[in-house]
Order: sequence, then structure tokens, then C-alpha cells
Amino acid sequence: MPTVHDWINNPLAVVDGLFAQSNSSPDWEKKVVEYFKEKLKLNDAHTWVPSLNDVPLYYLKPNSLVKFRCMVQDMFDPEFFMGVYETNDLTSNSKQVKCGKYRDITVGGQVDFNSRNTVTSERQTFYCVPIPGESQWAKESYAGTSQARVVPSTSYVPNRHKRSYEEDDEMDTQPQQMKDVSQGTQSSAESHGNTEPKRQETEAPSHDSSSAHCTSSLDLNFPLPGEKGPACLVKVYEDWDSFKLNDMLEVFGILSADPALRVIADEREASLLLDPTEVTETVEEQRVHSPPASLVPRLHMLYAQPLVHNNPLLPSSAPENDGDHLSSVLGELASVRAELHTYLTHVLMGDSLAAEYLILHLISNVYSRRDVLPLGKFTLNLSGCPHSSPYTEHLYKAIQQLVPSSYRLCMSLHNMNNQRMVPRKDYTANRLVSGTLQLANNTSLFLDETQLEQGQLDATGVRNITALGNLISWQKVDYDFNYHQMEFPCNINVLITSEGRSLLPSDSQVHLRPTLNPPNLEEYLSAVQVAQIPSQLNKYRIYLSVARALNYTISDEITKAVEEDFVEMRKDDPQSMSAEDLHRLLVVARLLSLSHGQNTLSRDGWMKAKQLEALRISRTQQQKSVSGNEP
Amino acid sequence: ARTSRSEMVRKRTVRCRSTASEDPLSPPSQRSRAHDTSTELQPMPTSPAMDVSLFSSPMAPRSVLQSEIDASSPLMYGTPSSRVEGTPRSGIRGTPARQRADLGSVRKAPQVDMHSEPVSESLAGSEQGAGQRLVIWGTDVNVGTCKEKFQRFLQQFTDPNSREEENAGLDLNEPLYMQKLDEISVVGEPVLNVNCSHIQTFDADLYRQLICYPQEVIPTFDMAINELFFDRFPDSILEHQIQVRPYSALKTRNMRALNPEDIDQLITISGMVIRTSQLIPEMQEAFFRCQVCAFNTRVEVDRGRIAEPAVCRNCNTTHSMALVHNRSAFSDKQMIKLQESPEDMPAGQTPHTTVVYAHNDLVDKVQPGDRVNITGIYRAAPMRLNPRQSQVKSVYKTHIDVIHFRKTDEKRLHGLDEDGEQKLFTKERVAMLKELAAKPDVYDRLSSALAPSIYEHEDIKKGILLQLFGGTRKDFTQTGRGNFRAEINILLCGDPGTSKSQLLQYVYNLVPRGQYTSGKGSSAVGLTAYVMKDPETRQLVLQTGALVLSDNGICCIDEFDKMSDSTRSVLHEVMEQQTLSIAKAGIICQLNARTSVLAAANPVESQWNPKKTTIENIQLPHTLLSRFDLIFLMLDPQDEAYDRRLAHHLVALYYQSEEQIEEEHLDMAVLKDYIAFARTSVHPRLSEEASQALVEAYVDMRKIGSGRGMVSAYPRQLESLIRLAEAHAKVRFSSKVESIDVEEAKRLHREALKQSATDPRTGFVDISILTTGMSATARKRKEEVAQALKKLIQSKGKTPAMKYQQLFDDLRGQSEAAITKEMFEEALRALADEDYLTVTGKTVRLL
Repeated sequence: MPTVHDWINNPLAVVDGLFAQSNSSPDWEKKVVEYFKEKLKLNDAHTWVPSLNDVPLYYLKPNSLVKFRCMVQDMFDPEFFMGVYETNDLTSNSKQVKCGKYRDITVGGQVDFNSRNTVTSERQTFYCVPIPGESQWAKESYAGTSQARVVPSTSYVPNRHKRSYEEDDEMDTQPQQMKDVSQGTQSSAESHGNTEPKRQETEAPSHDSSSAHCTSSLDLNFPLPGEKGPACLVKVYEDWDSFKLNDMLEVFGILSADPALRVIADEREASLLLDPTEVTETVEEQRVHSPPASLVPRLHMLYAQPLVHNNPLLPSSAPENDGDHLSSVLGELASVRAELHTYLTHVLMGDSLAAEYLILHLISNVYSRRDVLPLGKFTLNLSGCPHSSPYTEHLYKAIQQLVPSSYRLCMSLHNMNNQRMVPRKDYTANRLVSGTLQLANNTSLFLDETQLEQGQLDATGVRNITALGNLISWQKVDYDFNYHQMEFPCNINVLITSEGRSLLPSDSQVHLRPTLNPPNLEEYLSAVQVAQIPSQLNKYRIYLSVARALNYTISDEITKAVEEDFVEMRKDDPQSMSAEDLHRLLVVARLLSLSHGQNTLSRDGWMKAKQLEALRISRTQQQKSVSGNEP
Repeated sequence: ARTSRSEMVRKRTVRCRSTASEDPLSPPSQRSRAHDTSTELQPMPTSPAMDVSLFSSPMAPRSVLQSEIDASSPLMYGTPSSRVEGTPRSGIRGTPARQRADLGSVRKAPQVDMHSEPVSESLAGSEQGAGQRLVIWGTDVNVGTCKEKFQRFLQQFTDPNSREEENAGLDLNEPLYMQKLDEISVVGEPVLNVNCSHIQTFDADLYRQLICYPQEVIPTFDMAINELFFDRFPDSILEHQIQVRPYSALKTRNMRALNPEDIDQLITISGMVIRTSQLIPEMQEAFFRCQVCAFNTRVEVDRGRIAEPAVCRNCNTTHSMALVHNRSAFSDKQMIKLQESPEDMPAGQTPHTTVVYAHNDLVDKVQPGDRVNITGIYRAAPMRLNPRQSQVKSVYKTHIDVIHFRKTDEKRLHGLDEDGEQKLFTKERVAMLKELAAKPDVYDRLSSALAPSIYEHEDIKKGILLQLFGGTRKDFTQTGRGNFRAEINILLCGDPGTSKSQLLQYVYNLVPRGQYTSGKGSSAVGLTAYVMKDPETRQLVLQTGALVLSDNGICCIDEFDKMSDSTRSVLHEVMEQQTLSIAKAGIICQLNARTSVLAAANPVESQWNPKKTTIENIQLPHTLLSRFDLIFLMLDPQDEAYDRRLAHHLVALYYQSEEQIEEEHLDMAVLKDYIAFARTSVHPRLSEEASQALVEAYVDMRKIGSGRGMVSAYPRQLESLIRLAEAHAKVRFSSKVESIDVEEAKRLHREALKQSATDPRTGFVDISILTTGMSATARKRKEEVAQALKKLIQSKGKTPAMKYQQLFDDLRGQSEAAITKEMFEEALRALADEDYLTVTGKTVRLL
């Protein structure tokens, strides 16, 4: 398909062509965007576009069309650029009007700064990072759907790979990882032996260490430690006010990795000496705002699609546009739910109540906010997890297999006192230094409180605990801007595992009561996980994402019934049922209905929710009395 | 539409062209020669040669240029004596001009001036004639007309309604700026700040020119003002010529709204300083000397670059010119980073920053952390390119050359003025708010718009609403009583889980200057202020805490009961005097903390005990409690109808559609604006009728108790009533407090008292529970025990000493009511206070 290659491999030619046709009427800009939107709409045209997420940068041709699945980590200041400029060709002495959009650098001839044709335009730069905590399976699956044929650019010489090994260490982990990926998918597809996952396990940390090693030279500002993948400076040309921090986007844009963008350190210092008055940026600032293009490529956005979710198994558009897909999922929803429940019961050592609550937790979602109150969040505290045992780690792995992005935060004293959780504005470098709590919507945050031991929390620790508390209660994170704080609402599913009741607030606490007692815990858990074939897992993944996005209403009739019920319950014992309990009950009822694929609350659903809550509360109370008797 | 960019470019081309066009235009000026002799050529004997070259060589324009711009030429800097006979201009009398680096590339304006300047000069004031048509290239500014207009403005403009701080002490019916000129002649500070909105009301066209061509118009203003000034005060001596500094260009924008069209225009933006650089000496003019013939020449710096003369004009030797640093002219410059103020930002975005350059005396005027309004010229320059490459980074660097700083938070620290936070409302918005205010049920409407997710508690919401508006600020400093507190403090206590925190969070999110702290997590230091050593400068810096930060706002304190005593003690001062005294690390100061406190406290026992008084339930010192105007209990009412409505409300919360939610959000924005508008523009005063009603209310309150022998109201309660009534008047946008306001204040106050000050033993409302920490009945019982004890001791006859335990047992045996050890000890203490006995260790001695 040569046409495809034209607009994918050389989009700037298209832009220039449209610009030339327009005779400098300003609507050419719209035409360009329209053109690419149209092209991308064609059946699966977007899968032909190579993705920065899974193709190493040096395989990609500069100035070609690429896509990038990312989260907006920081927003830089808007910049003015030459939208249209005129060049003087000294040799032929001819003038040419050119378009500077979608470019970092002017082309051809001496720029005539005094030309009357110059048009100054404005654009905004976002610093984007890959979606933090994106699960391996999601990455693989995205990479798998890509049909992009990445032809190594002609300048690419095989041995360059070796030469660049040291300097581009970061990039180098990519192909390796790719190999892993392919091996991983193959192996998991072929065999489910015990050895395979073990091997992956041992490999994972080594990746982390290597990437940590190479990011030390240039901090790419990933929210989570041990993350890898390219960061990107995305130049946005229109509607940048519609984007928000931490938004997940799929950006289609023109890749610009011109080496001229790299300002060599010495040169910079030299210019510093020469001309201190001109320097408006500190060295740190320059490092951040103009990093070498080989590490942080520039992407000139043509079109960006906000991602509601990052589940590759679902179409990325909003679910209502895709009725048949949805109905097919809904058809087998009940069976999938039952299977998932069984699976989770196994993972939770035979505790079916906890499994039930875990499902509710996994599909919870802040669907709205009433003044300051976030609605729909459901933070679960799984108490009764054994202290310092690998159990929580295995539990996390199981969850990681189910959700598209997740992060396990070990609440060890060391972590609490040393980790930067709240993003902070660094004014010298003029950037937002990321923290672990800068996460995209619907990320599962797994707080492992079993790792916490006695000891002193210092000021950072207290701040971190407060931040976690705010996150859970109000679903917001107060970013630290030194002179003031700024509140960023978020939508993060928090799951806390602890021995006793967690020190953090939670919406619901379930005490784990194992009915199975396998002699070798680790073996048992890995066996449970391996027993799930990938297609099965995929079903679970789809189920969770679909259930979370369903709409929900309560009919007037049920409202009445619920009211009656509440009054009735309060009559018997006002203490047992407070407004807060009703809040929780309503959330549980909502999630329970959704988990069964029901759009509306039924009387039956309400009763079930009540039963579930009663069961949970009785268990908690029993637990209290048990622990109370203990010395 | 005109893009400013090309505008800018055009101007620059002028400069290039002017080189060619200059000679015919510039007259064989007397001035240039006179000038040359005075400054440049004095040390050298070769001046004639230079003059020759001036007229013969095409390179001459540079020096012609300099002579032309005596108003702003840096040449004159520091050489006043030589300037005296050098300047032909009449009024200015040799006061040196000071270069205006803030106007950027200085030479630009003057050299375009040339087209009109010589004419106006040579025609000696006959601008009305041909002069009128001459405009500065690329603009529509005629120097003569512009000057005249501005002088007329200075001489005639009055602003009788001015409320600006700077104008305090000026006669508002006299021309404002003439008085300021008088001030300048007395104080000798040669800077005149001109409010652009004044110019706009006086002459809209002049204002437009100022905004669009500040670089040309401001020097013209300078000229005008100096002529005027030295006409009036021919003998005054100033450090340098007066500079005009316009401020608050009405095009006030936030940083986000800046766009390419603003380049080279006068803008005012607000923001917060986040970083300042060290002082940068910026070369304004380079001094070159020929190493062959010692011929001197000066080259102005053009955008940070010096065009080094390749050929000596005098001896035609190439590459013989060398820079002499000592004789070059430098000016001070400072780079400041400004960040958008948090209020201006749309949710979910990060703040923008802008680079600002301050020049000369504006250097070091601001510190990081200051909130400022800056007025300046927005500039864009192409990125410096690598000279070896023809490719250019297609990005411009932008910055603002600041002309005027105005700190917006300074006033908060010293003054009473609330103008600083005055939000600009559009006329439609104000009309809409007024329309809302005219509705009879506005009070109910607003209170129901407050925290709609929280169910009922109507009176509490009304109380908080009044708190948001606050009373009228009164100043009795002259009579020695100091400031009266205008802020209303509210305490919410009640069972855990009754959405107190949620209410606090809501209020915190609603008000612009709100702070939210939790009693558990805050220390006295975090609430007040602390002194910190800046690691970089080794300077001691005062860091303010939540209470100071919420000055003019609301400080929400959750878990008030969990606060340590020492922390709570700082609140005493804040809650009545509204100040905060600090004596730490050698810094002794009093900061304003005119903050309303909205606190929430949980009962000491997990549940509210209805058998106990408020004080007993929350265990807070009564000294603190009496500083709260309203204390509300948030209890679970446990009544069926209530439950039903509550359930309905909650269920609705969970299924209401998006649109309904949207509507409410709109309400929140309206509420915000409504409050902001009322706080800044409504200042109700008590009407005669209202004061009468207040007096009656107070007398009534005192009467209630007097029947039972207790005091049921104190002056503090009266003050609370006044504040509440004023706040209610503000809700109605009424400038007078009327009796309906007093009625509502009374009702609310009574309602709150009913909740918090009811004596559980008698069922009566007893204010002494809150003011002394003890109900009257409790006090009565205490007295009874003491009397019984006294009787007991007296019955024992003349025994000088008794055993403590013995006495306790005796008293218990005698009395029919149960006597606790505490009661016994209290009785002993009471008797000791009467000097009847003393307690030493385990023995009780009679006196």
C-alpha cells in the first residue's frame, strides 16, 4: 500500500502539500487535522502506525507518523513559534514561504526574520510518560495488535546496535524485552509448567535494576520506580486546555528526533559564559526542557484520542458505540463472573466472601463527584493477611494479571519515610517531579501494610500517610507547589492488605478467613495462577473493564423500598445503621448489580447487598471479640 | 487582523532603513555638536575631525542618533554637570535622564521619533500645523499631540471616588497627578505611577495608543511630565528625570490568556514570584576605542548583541576597535520567574510560568513567594541559533520587561483594605448577582446550595453561610479598643460519622483563601508561623502557617479536640484579637490573622452523651469555647421521618443524572461569586431600628436567666449577634442592618444555644456552661457541698486539724447524695478560698 506509506512515512509532505494549496488562508490547519483523522478512521488504519510504546526509537524513521500511548505527566509553558516563515535561498536568491507547524527546526535556507509573511503561532508542550504501572499483559496485547511494518531506516547499520549499546542502554532494554514478550506469550500459550513463570519472575527484577541504572543519568521523571519506556515531549497545537494532567491519551503525531535538538553540554556552558543575559533557563531547566532527542523524542500531535481505559482487549472508543461487542460480553457475563469468583476464592485461600468483595472492589470507579464527595469509590481493606509472608506478593500478582495497570506499594517504614509519593514542583528545573501517587485513572494501587513494622515515621512519612489518607477518603492528591498546594482529583482503586485493621481509612474491611491450608503456600498459589489459561484470563479482563463502565440507575420504586428498609432498620437499632452505613450499602448494592451486569438496582440486588454486608460485619465483629480475648 | 509579530518585524526593518534615510531628514543639528563636545569629545582634541566625518560618512547616523535622543540616552547618565549647557531643552534644567531599560531596546523608539521630533522641535510648538500628521513609523502616535494630551490629563484628571491606598491624604477634588508631582518635588523620588484606567476614562484614544505602542508612548509621557514638572518646580533637584510607570492596564489578563497578539503591547498580569536571579549587569552601550588613533565610539547593545565596528571611522583602519569596559554603560537587570496564581488556573492543569525582566531600581523589589501584579511589555525574540547552522529552532523566547510591580499581598499584611482580592466581575455577572439578591428567599436559596450532598442541618448550613459572609469590619483603634472582630467562628461537635469533615472539606474548597488542617496533625508551629533559615541565602525567613495563610479566609480545623493544649492556646489570640504574635529567633512581630475558624470536634467518649454538657462531652476549655459565636451539635436525631428523608437524599445522591449534577456545580460557582462580591462591596451598618432590636434582644437574653439567678448573656453574645445580623444583611446585599437581620441572628443564635448550652440536668438553656464551663445548677450544688462540709466541721467543735480521709468519710456518711472525691476536693478548695481552712498534705487545718 504505497498510499499508506506516504502519509505514515512522510506526513510532513502531506502537510506541506496542503499548506501550499491553501494560498496562506488559515484553514489549511484544519484541513491537515481532518486529513489525518480521516485516514486513521479507515478500518484499522491506526494499527499500521508504529507505536513508540513497543518499537524502539532507533527503528523509527524521523518525521514519520507514530503513535504513543501515554499519560500527561507535566505541562510545560506554551511556546511561540514561527507558524509560517520565509526563507532566503542565498544561492538562487529566491524567497520561499514555508510552514513551521509540526516541526522543531526550520528547513532550507536562511530564515528572513523581517519578512512580512511571518506568522507567529502558539503551541503547548506536554511531557508524557507511558501509562504508569501498565501491566505486562496489556503491553503485550497492544504490541500484538499492531500491524505496523517497521522497516529499519536506511541509515541503520546492524553494528550500530552494538556501538550504541552503552549510550542507549535505555533503549536497548526494549528489544530484549520484546523478545521476552514474544517468548512469554508463546510459553504461556503452549505450556503451563511451573518453570516458566518462575523464570519470568527472576528476570523481572533484573530489568528493573538495569533501567534504574540507566535512568540515573537523566531522570525521565516516571511516577513509579523501575518503570521503563520512552518519555516524550508532545507538542500540542490546538485545544490544549481540554487536556488535563494525568489524562491517558493515544497520541498520533509526527516524530521529531533531530539530533540538532540536542544541545551539547559543553556548548551550553560556553554560551552561558558568553551571554549570561540571554540565559533565561538554568542548566537544570534546560536538561528537563530540552533533553537529548534520542532519549526523549518530540512528537508533534496531529490528533489525540483520550483513553477511557487502557485495556487492549476492548475497543478504545466509548463502550456505547460498540453495542454488539458489549452484548456478546454481557451474554456470557454471568458465567465469567462465576469463574472469576472461583478463581479469586482460590487465590484468597478459599475465602469466598473476600473474593466477592474483591470483585466489587475491582470494578469500582469514581463515576461522579458531589461537591467534595467522590461517589462510587470502594476502598477495600483485606485484613488478616499473614505478616511478612510472600502471600501478599502473590495476591498482587494475581491482581496484576487482571487489571490493565496497577502498582504495589510496600508500606515499609523505609518506603514511607523515603519515597516521594506526592508530586512536587521543582522550581529550579521548572518541572513537576513525579511521585508514586501520580497515577492515571483506574489504576489499582495495592498497599501492602503487612510490610510495615514498628518504628518512627518522620515528617515525610507523616506527609505520605496523610496523602494516602486523602487519596482514599476524597480521591484527590494535593500536589506540592512549594508556595501552595494544588488539588488534583484522581480515580484510583486502593486495596489495602494488613494484619489487623489498617491504619488507613477504608470503605470496607474484610477479614480474611482461609478455609484451605496448603502445606506449601507458594506452590499452591503459583499452581492456581498457572491453571488459568490466557483466554480465560482475557475473559476476566474484559469482564472487569466492561462491568466498571456500565451505567446504573435506581428506580423510584426501589428508592422507596430502600427508604422503608432504612427506616425499619433504624427502628430496631439506630446504632447499627448510620448514614455512613447506608452510604456504603448503596455503593455495595451498586457494585453488586453492576458485577452481575444489571443496569439498575433490583429488590433482589438490594437484599443480596444487605446480606453480604451483614456477613462481612458479623465476621469483623467476631474478629474483634476474638482479638479482644487475646492478651 | 494585524499580527503583532509582523508589526514588530516591520519596526525592526525601519531601523535598517533609517540608516539610509537619516541624513536627509536630520537637520545639521546644533545639538549634536554641542552634545558631542560635552560628553564624547571632551577628552580628545580630535573633535573637528569627527565632526567632519559625521557629515561626510554614511556611518554617521549612529552618533546623530545618540544626540537626538537626549530624553533617554544613556550617554547622559552620571554626567549632569556637562549636560547643563548641553541640553537645549528648556524646562528640564540638566537633570540627567535615566535610561529606561524597561522599555527594552532603547534606540528603537527614539530613532523612529526622528521623523516627527525634528519637526516639532524646529517648528517650535506649532504642532497644530503640519506636525499633526507626522506619526511615529508603524504607529499612529504623534509625539506632539500625545504629549499635549498627556499633559492635559495630568493637569485635569480628578478621581473623586478614588479608594486607592496611594491616594490617601490627597485632595480628591483637585487634579490627582498634579498633587503627585508636588509629592515628587518634596520627596524627590522621580517616579510617577499612573493608573491606566484613569487615562482610559480621560482619553480612550490615548489609552489605546499606550496599550498598543508602549515603547513609543511611554518616552513621550516621560518628556511631557518632565517639561511639566520643571515648569512648575524649576529649582527642584532630582536624581534623574521623572519616569512614568503606568500600571493596571485594563487589559489585565492572567498568564494563560497571553497570546501572540500581545507581543509588544502593554499588559498587566498577576502571578506569584517563584524565583529571582542574581543581579545581571547588562551592557547598554559599549565603548570602543581605536587602538591606532584612539578614536572613541559608542555602540548600543541591540538585543544583547554588540555590533563591533569593523572599521575605525577616523583612520579607516580595519579591526582596530577595542572594547573599553570601564567606559561602557551598564544597567541592572534581574530575571524573575512568575507563576500563574493558583486562583486563575483551570482545574486539572499545571500552572504556567513566565520570565520577567526587572531593570534598574525595580531589581530586587520582589522576593520569591510574593504575589504581584506586574505591568510590562510582552516580548518575543527568536531563539538564538547556532551560528554555524542555517537551521533555526522555530521557537521564540518570550519574556516581559516589567515597568511596574504591585504587590498584592502586601496590603494583607498591613492594611485593612480588601481591594487586593477584588475580583473583577463583568457587568452581567453583577446584575445577575443583584437580581439573585433581590429575591426574598435568597438566604434559603444560598444555604441550600451550600454542600448539597450533606443532608439537612439547615441551621448549621445557615450559620456557615453567615460565616462565609462575615460581619462588617470596624476600627476602633483611635478609641483604644483596637479592631473589633468581624469574623464569625463556628464549632461543630457531634457524633463521629455525621459528615462534619465533609462539611469542612466543602467550605475549604469553596473559599479562595481557605486552609484545612487536622487537629491531630497540626502543631502550634504549623498553625501559626515559624522561622526558618533559608539554606541558600542564610537569611531568616518567616514561614507562615495555616492561620496566617487563611487571613481573610476561613481556617477549617478538623479534630479540634485532638489538638494539644499548647497548640490550642495560640488560638485564643487569633480568635478574639485576630492577630498572631510571634517572638522567635529574634523576630518579634504581630501578624494579622483575620480568619474565621470553622472547627469540628468529636466527643471524648465515642458517642455523644446526652446526659452531659457540651463542655463535658468534648473536654475543651471554656475560655476557648466562649470565643465561638455559634456552637452546633450534629447529632443523629433518630426519628423516623428524618430517617426517611435522609435515606431519600442519600439514594438520590447515587443515581442522579449528570445534568442535575452539572446544575449544582453552576450553583457553586454562583455561590462563590456571590460571596466574593458581597464581601468586597457590601458593608452594612446598623440602622437605628436594628440597634434598638439588638438592645432588646440582649436585655431579653439576660432576663431569661435572671429569674433563676443565673447570667444568661454576656457582652460577647451581643457582639456575636451584631456580627450575625451584619452578615445576614450582607447576604441581602443591603447596606443597612435592619430588624429582619436581627431577627434571624437571634433565631440562629438561640438555635445554636439550645443545642449546645442546654443544661442536661435541668433542661434549661444556660449560657454559663459555655462561658464558665459549668452550669448554674452544678455551681449551686458545689456550693451546697461546701456548706455541708463547713457545717460538718463546725459541728466537730474546736479542733484545729483534721485528717483528710476521716473528713471525707464523715461527709459521705452524713450526706444523702453520693459525694465523689472530686466534689469533696472542690468543696475543700472553695472553703480554702474563703480562708476558712488550709489543706496541707493529708491534714486539714482550720484558720
